[in-house]
Amino acid sequence: MSTIVEPVTCSFCGCVCDDLSAEVDNSRIVRVRGACSSGLGMFTGYDPAPRKPTVDGQEVTWEEAVAEAAAILKGAHSPLIYGLSSTASEAQRKAVELADRIGAVIDSTSSVCHGPSGLAMQAVGEPTCTLGEIRDRADLIVFWGCNPDASHLRHFARFSLTPKGALTTNGRQDRTVYVVDVRPTGTTKRADHFLQVDVGSDFEVLTTLRLLVRGKEPDVESVGGIPVADLAELAQRLKSCRFGVAFMGMGLTMTAARQLNVAELFTLVSELNQYTRFSVMPMRGHGNVAGADQVLSWTTGYPFAVSFARGYPQFSPGEFSAVDMLVRQATDAALIIASDPGAHFPRAAAQYLSEIPTIVLDHAESVTASHAQVVFPTAVYGVDASGTAYRMDNIPIPLHKVIETERVTDEDVLQRIIEAVQ
Amino acid sequence: MLGIIGGRIYDPQNGRDGEIGDIWVRDGRVVTAQEIDRERAQIIDATGMVIMPGGVDIHSHIVGAKVNSGRKLRPEDHRGHERARVGNLRSGVEGTVPTTHVTGYLYSEMGYTTVMEAATAPLVARHTHEELEDMPNLDKGVFITMGNNHFIMECIRDQQYERARDYVAWLLGASKGYAIKIVNPGGVENWKWGRNVGELDDEVIGYEGVTPRQIVQTLARINDDLGLPHVPHIHGINLGKSTSARTTVETIAALEGRRAHFCHLQFLSYGAGKGGVHRSEAAQVAEAVNAHPNVTVDIGQVIFGSTTTMTSDGPLQFSLHQTTGNKWVNDDVESESGGGIVPIAYKAANPINATMWLAGLELFLLIDDPWRVFLTTDHPNGGPFTRYPQVIRLLMDRGYREEMFAGINARARKGALLPELEREYSLRDIAIITRAGPARVLGLRNKGHLGVGAAADIAVYRDLADREAMFARPAYVFKGGELVARDGKVVAELPGRTLYVAPAYDKSIEAEVDEYFKRAYTLSLASYSVLGESVRGAERVECGARS
Repeated sequence: MSTIVEPVTCSFCGCVCDDLSAEVDNSRIVRVRGACSSGLGMFTGYDPAPRKPTVDGQEVTWEEAVAEAAAILKGAHSPLIYGLSSTASEAQRKAVELADRIGAVIDSTSSVCHGPSGLAMQAVGEPTCTLGEIRDRADLIVFWGCNPDASHLRHFARFSLTPKGALTTNGRQDRTVYVVDVRPTGTTKRADHFLQVDVGSDFEVLTTLRLLVRGKEPDVESVGGIPVADLAELAQRLKSCRFGVAFMGMGLTMTAARQLNVAELFTLVSELNQYTRFSVMPMRGHGNVAGADQVLSWTTGYPFAVSFARGYPQFSPGEFSAVDMLVRQATDAALIIASDPGAHFPRAAAQYLSEIPTIVLDHAESVTASHAQVVFPTAVYGVDASGTAYRMDNIPIPLHKVIETERVTDEDVLQRIIEAVQ
Repeated sequence: MLGIIGGRIYDPQNGRDGEIGDIWVRDGRVVTAQEIDRERAQIIDATGMVIMPGGVDIHSHIVGAKVNSGRKLRPEDHRGHERARVGNLRSGVEGTVPTTHVTGYLYSEMGYTTVMEAATAPLVARHTHEELEDMPNLDKGVFITMGNNHFIMECIRDQQYERARDYVAWLLGASKGYAIKIVNPGGVENWKWGRNVGELDDEVIGYEGVTPRQIVQTLARINDDLGLPHVPHIHGINLGKSTSARTTVETIAALEGRRAHFCHLQFLSYGAGKGGVHRSEAAQVAEAVNAHPNVTVDIGQVIFGSTTTMTSDGPLQFSLHQTTGNKWVNDDVESESGGGIVPIAYKAANPINATMWLAGLELFLLIDDPWRVFLTTDHPNGGPFTRYPQVIRLLMDRGYREEMFAGINARARKGALLPELEREYSLRDIAIITRAGPARVLGLRNKGHLGVGAAADIAVYRDLADREAMFARPAYVFKGGELVARDGKVVAELPGRTLYVAPAYDKSIEAEVDEYFKRAYTLSLASYSVLGESVRGAERVECGARS
């Protein structure tokens, strides 16, 4: 007999939808009402069967696995802790505590995603708001270098395109939507205006918009493949809307100029507040990557790429970011939490990772886990464990336990490792 | 069991003004000598030292969404201020926005044991409580911003007082908050339209007939009716502006005798001066405070140096960004609040900054009753809390004050009141403005004093002529009877408590809030409320009708 469980929160992406309910049958989730197709798989694809930890591929007890993990970390000169964005903030806090105790480098997936947005924020600030402000007030939406139609499937319906809010009573009709991207996407199909920018030209286009907003006319016909007349029209709309928002993605953070692109957009948005109200929001990808930034900031002062090697936190992206640590072979043991760098990192980094002693905490049998010395098959927060995730607008949202299993949480495993390394 | 013997005890609540005596501690409480087995007690010889209750900070921005954005924003503030891991204590950074564990350590090292987080939007209270769990050695409480809350403004518009009262009671419990906070009432909402309020009777856009005056009056009445342990904690309109002294005096009058606390009053005590440079109107504001025994204040003293401003006052932070050109974070919070962050440097040579410094000291010296004026820097807005010892020296040492005065901007010096103010604070006065007074107005009955039954939160200082050095490095600090700092260095980490209130309300409000949430928020009520959830160290404080 099946039962309905609610509330259920999905932490697949940065939308962290908390309005779901699940149908549970025989300790398996068979249906989830309200979930998008990305989120659904997290619940229905989850195999809750008990699994034992492994050392060198052999099943062992939890105590043996913890002892082996502690031995690896204690024996390392320069351990690296990485991942964090798909676990709960309770586990992230334990991960930082462990890093502090053993003098590790700790980094989250931010460094290969919106890390440059963090650097831009540190350089020029960031005028932002919560997603409800956008739903209720925004009459001009700009998506720049992002494609929520593929990455954040309920974003349009809950926050940015179609919902009816306090001042957007007619929903979609009350919003003008621009997309700036290098190619047509699902998102461009939903927009009123699509400005196709040449690859690598975002910075020039943003600078031109800043000029136009200030009432200055560039003496060229087009910039970055976009006619100046079209940019002038956009600049006019940016200044005259009631409340505008720019959502931005990896089209700005992971292309040439990286944080300089983002800083230029953040600066444009700051300046627009002299004319009207305008906000910007990075489209955070993983469900709790915003939480990783938060937890690292309150425990170390810095959002990612932090080293405790000298006994206190030091921040240096490009040096203490995980890819760079691995490519430079500057680490000799790794603890990976809820992430699969073995599958997603550049080849040289993934290759080196497979050669050093590695400990993995993950519910999934990842590529990284297949090379690891110690694997802890842990629970999934929001499925068989409860915890907290921070939405892309940094609002903390509780993740509820939907089914009871015998899986241990990331937090528990990390606590046991902390005790074992002392 | 613990005995601190032979010290000069400053316990103003119990009328002890420096006479030599002993303090006995058992099970975390102050007890009588008869309850102690001296053979088994740890004895601290405090001969020649000064014993005070642990410090109580009534207004400090230490945790939560805004503070943490400030940390992320300012790597340049952290570098050079790192704090290495020692034993089982955590590492982190100090500077103007210290990391969470380190904030607890730094307060311990200054002899403080209780700190109130000054502003959290209830929407992100869950974050605040997560951080508070990571802040050791302190008892804490959280002030919940309500001065721009849509539900409350709808109630005021529709003249539904009881509904507003029940909602406030529900909201305090739902956010595990300690007090009602009002920040620029109506002005933060108007900022969402690019505007602000300038007068108490300006209208809040979208809320016909609702004004800052009504918001303050309604929340002050609710506070009394709910019998909250603290009073409404008010950051008024026009902060930083040349109209602020006038509207501060008007806001005090608008209370019509109801109790309230005005925070960081220094930032709200200016008038128009020559050439666009504000003048200190401390005398006018102090006069109003002196004449209204229903009012307490803290100062928000400016410290010369770099710091990070952060408030829930969105339009203020934008104007600071425009004035300084420094980087700016804004964060509008749906249906209830806003805020911003701007780094700043206060310079003695700058006429505006020097005037702010003067205004703070003048208020301290012109408000007659030390039980109604408390020491804060509005950390980190006026400067970091770690500089409190300097403020203590400025208040206790007129010669030091004159020396610093001679070094500030000449235009600010001209016509300044400060040189005429001869008053010097005594150790008793300091014990009041840093401990006994704030504890009393916060309604913390077991704190801020050393009578039998009080929490054994105790600071022991060496009696040095240099009062800054004295208060910067207490010889011993005890939290609940446990030694947490020795000679200005933290030696132990104890979990702190989070004090909160959950006043009773008419349960019918819950259904209304449930409906309201569906239109007003983008998350569920279950996600928002932390009422039924466990927060490590949370301890409920009872409410009761005020006498």
